[in-house]
Amino acid sequence: MTLGRSLWKIIIVKLVIILFILKIFFFPNYLKNNFDTDAARSDHVINELTTRQVHSQ
Amino acid sequence: MVETIDIGMVNWSRALFALTAMYHWIFAPLTLGLSWIIAFYETIYYRTGDESWRKLTKFWMKLFGINFAIGVATGIILEFEFGTNWSNYSWMVGDIFGAPLAIEGIAAFFLESTFFAVMFFGWNRVSKRFHLVSTYMVAIGSNLSALWILVANAWMQYPVGMTFNPDTARFEMQDIMAVIFSPVAISKFTHTTSSSFLFASLFVVSVSSWYLLKQRHLKMAKRSILVASVFGLVASLYVVFTGDEAAFQDARHQPMKLAAFEAHYVGDSPSGLIAFGIMNPNKELRDDRNAFYLKVKFPRMLSLLAKRTFDGYVPGLEDLIYGNPNEGIMGAVQKMKRGKIAVASLADYKAAKLNDDILASKNALETFRAHEAYFGYGFFEQPEQALPSVGIMFYSFHIMAGLGFLFILIFILFIVFGFKDKLSQTGWLLKLGVPLFFLGFIAQEAGWLVAEVGRQPWAIQSMLPVSIARTNLDSGTVAATFFIFLGLFTILLIAEIKIMLTQIQHGPEEV
Repeated sequence: MTLGRSLWKIIIVKLVIILFILKIFFFPNYLKNNFDTDAARSDHVINELTTRQVHSQ
Repeated sequence: MVETIDIGMVNWSRALFALTAMYHWIFAPLTLGLSWIIAFYETIYYRTGDESWRKLTKFWMKLFGINFAIGVATGIILEFEFGTNWSNYSWMVGDIFGAPLAIEGIAAFFLESTFFAVMFFGWNRVSKRFHLVSTYMVAIGSNLSALWILVANAWMQYPVGMTFNPDTARFEMQDIMAVIFSPVAISKFTHTTSSSFLFASLFVVSVSSWYLLKQRHLKMAKRSILVASVFGLVASLYVVFTGDEAAFQDARHQPMKLAAFEAHYVGDSPSGLIAFGIMNPNKELRDDRNAFYLKVKFPRMLSLLAKRTFDGYVPGLEDLIYGNPNEGIMGAVQKMKRGKIAVASLADYKAAKLNDDILASKNALETFRAHEAYFGYGFFEQPEQALPSVGIMFYSFHIMAGLGFLFILIFILFIVFGFKDKLSQTGWLLKLGVPLFFLGFIAQEAGWLVAEVGRQPWAIQSMLPVSIARTNLDSGTVAATFFIFLGLFTILLIAEIKIMLTQIQHGPEEV
């Protein structure tokens, strides 16, 4: 079935792009990649919460 | 030391998220609504045994399948963006979002996918009854998927059933039932799903009107229109009811959103609802300019919408920013003071814990808890930063609402002429019917703009501004990703439109 084949191709190509290109090269998990432990991640976020301010543009 | 934030990067991250979400929302509402319409068509086939209804069902199922195939997994990208662009937010809400999103992934999506296979490949392989049940299960599974996502979204608008843990910087779930059954979650789910049913009905009416104009597949098109119009009319009336409830919930929990979509600068009682208006783009808070060049109001209706009385006081943007002691309204100015105490006490708590100073940490935590409800306001420099974009809100809301009422009228016309079997002779109505799908799309996206631009500047209402929720990335990187996505999404959209148009052109098997 031509339609079915086209759709399966689109699904597979899309999933490959999303999971193996976008996820790996464009969407690294910032906290997982930059901090080794949950405690370090917590410290980083608390530091962000206590040292940042939203400035008027 | 207070550090500055690259607002350009924040805005690029917001633009990327908005682009992904708006693209995802082309496919999702069609899936939610078409799944029910197909189930209704198949029910008629099941009850009558009329082969032409089976062919009709299979035709719409094919279009449903194309939409599902192109749209599936586009929502996953949003979850990737949480971890990359919104890492502070992602860390803080992990405990809240984990449960609903896991249920969505495991239960709803698998339910949907399993029965999806039976629905598509099970014709003549399973009994008619089991096939029909499978089609209904796809509809239920799709809508259950939406439930969990919308519960998570509603929590961002109205964070309940949680407590903030200052040791881990995470919101921890205390009461999952409060999260699932919060009035905002119920209102969001019912309004979003019913508007999706309406949108899918418009799609069926659009395609069928085109067939009737071309004098093709007349029987199939007329039958399709009748069922879709009745479903669409019921859905649109329900959309009005759920939209009214959504506005009432906004008035209770996000009054700034309500004031922004009505461009209601100064509070009043009784308060009128603007039916139509042209805004003055130069209007600022507390200036003497009129907010509108032109406006038509329904007297007292905003009071009724927001307060459920004809003379209730509806706070304006100026009340909510600067406060109004006469009406007992605390403004962003006052909330900022409390928020800054909350932020400072969190820092004190962390320092005391590091120094093992038990008494100091206890005192700091008590101070934090006393001011926690205003935590997010502590990050602002100016109270006006609590204001969303009034222009976008006003026009998005009025376009959405105006189109919603127009759809009711159009569905009634299609039902009247459909039952009289005069659709083929009413070319004007069919010409009006063809572009309905695009109008429905505009209404859908406008609705999400009201919901999400109206949430700004918050990632989590009153607790976390988007500028603090973000990851500290280089704005060039985020901008590049935005344009790559724009290209990718455009290619996928062209593929969908091309395949869909080919199938529509080809039409159903002759009946």
